[in-house]
Amino acid sequence: MSFEVPEDKQYLETHEWAQIDTDANTARIGISAFAQDELGDIVFVELPAVGDTIEQDTEFGVVESIKAVSDLYAPLSGTVSAVNEDVFDTPELLNEAPYGDGWLLELESIDADEIDALLDADAYQQQIE
Amino acid sequence: MELRSPPLFEVHAGADATVTAFGGWEMPVEFDSIRTEHDAVRESVGKFDVSHMGQIEVTGPDAAALMQRLTTNDVQQLSVGEGQYAAITDEDGVMLDDTVVYRLDTEAFLFIPNAGHDEEMAARWVEFRDAFDLDCTVENTTEEWAMIAVQGPDSEALCLDAGIEVTDIGRFEIATVALDGADCYCARTGYTGEDGFELLAPVAHAESLWRAFDCQPCGLGARDTLRLEQGFLLSGQDFDPESNPRTPYEAGIGFVVDTDTEFVGRDALTEPARDPDEQLVGFSLTERAIPRHGYAIEASDGSTLGAVTSGTQSPTLELPIGLGYVPTTHASEGTEIAVVVRGDRKAGLIRNPPFEQATTDQ
Repeated sequence: MSFEVPEDKQYLETHEWAQIDTDANTARIGISAFAQDELGDIVFVELPAVGDTIEQDTEFGVVESIKAVSDLYAPLSGTVSAVNEDVFDTPELLNEAPYGDGWLLELESIDADEIDALLDADAYQQQIE
Repeated sequence: MELRSPPLFEVHAGADATVTAFGGWEMPVEFDSIRTEHDAVRESVGKFDVSHMGQIEVTGPDAAALMQRLTTNDVQQLSVGEGQYAAITDEDGVMLDDTVVYRLDTEAFLFIPNAGHDEEMAARWVEFRDAFDLDCTVENTTEEWAMIAVQGPDSEALCLDAGIEVTDIGRFEIATVALDGADCYCARTGYTGEDGFELLAPVAHAESLWRAFDCQPCGLGARDTLRLEQGFLLSGQDFDPESNPRTPYEAGIGFVVDTDTEFVGRDALTEPARDPDEQLVGFSLTERAIPRHGYAIEASDGSTLGAVTSGTQSPTLELPIGLGYVPTTHASEGTEIAVVVRGDRKAGLIRNPPFEQATTDQ
């Protein structure tokens, strides 16, 4: 089975994505199509609050499917500027639209130096094949 | 340990099923999605490969006597073609496994131990047959049978479509049916709370039996959510002789214990065992969180009551539900409890199963 890996995003080996706006120093983050498929029906999401800071490669939340609990790792460090509240009531958005309505957080004050550590779409695609 | 594969393993691989190790078997856990599979069974019908379940056949003049000695229910109540749920207990009344016992003929029984328990139970049956000097054969036929469960309100219609005459098979009854030229068994039993059938076919006919049912294939993931909504026990998880030794009374299945019969464990299961200090309860959480095996259950004052044995997000109720053992003082319906999830207390209420009333009358 092949999974969508959008070119406009960058990826962490643990299957989180970041869509980065280098001019504004912001990013939107979520989990990949591969990750949601591995987890199966997602039923619970736990995320930090606006104003919290998260650190690259460090746990920032939890996603649970019917069958598994999985920690979320931050693709970038930054300050949480927005939380997708819709995923609390409708966690299946992560299954249905992991790159769209199932996004998780928006970050500001990201560190541009950290971007090099992420995988581009081709490299991530190779990892999940 | 090398995993045992069900006869349909290649068929499932071809269907892109996700597989998992369970009870020493490599079994499909998910074909499409647990929610899709779960809903199919509640709303219409689904099929499960349950070939990991054991089959032990006991035959001979003393077959009934041996079954009576080693299971807690009254085997003499069974007419030919009937089955009953029972516990298998040790001398202390601790449950080793739970099972369904079928009377195939006056002197022939079949019972279904859980995955990975077949060899242990076959050895136990032989040991006690010899100790009691009983005249019967004990045969572990687990590797000879494929077992398929067809479950859901439309299961009878689907069986009839497949040419299997099931109308006259009553709840907990078993009959011989012909399929694909082979003698198969068909029992009106299951683990979902819905109407349904469990079919046994010789392994050579496993694939034709599986393909005879044109419906949603379901994996162990949906089997678990379906049984949990009914509060049905999972051997090795909701009770286990090593890690969580429990009597049938503690586990809430005292109704399968008949102490008027003579069985191993009976002396430990008379009064006062009928009023245990702890018992299995169901609960639902009123806060958003998923209870998982091993999480602590606390009282409203923060004291520890016990631990979750099974938990999930109920696909039907869309609520977090679970099972666990608590002191009987805290076991009544509506008692406020909390489950500790990653260090946070999540409020809930004792809510005795079935959480979900089956959609079919039985």
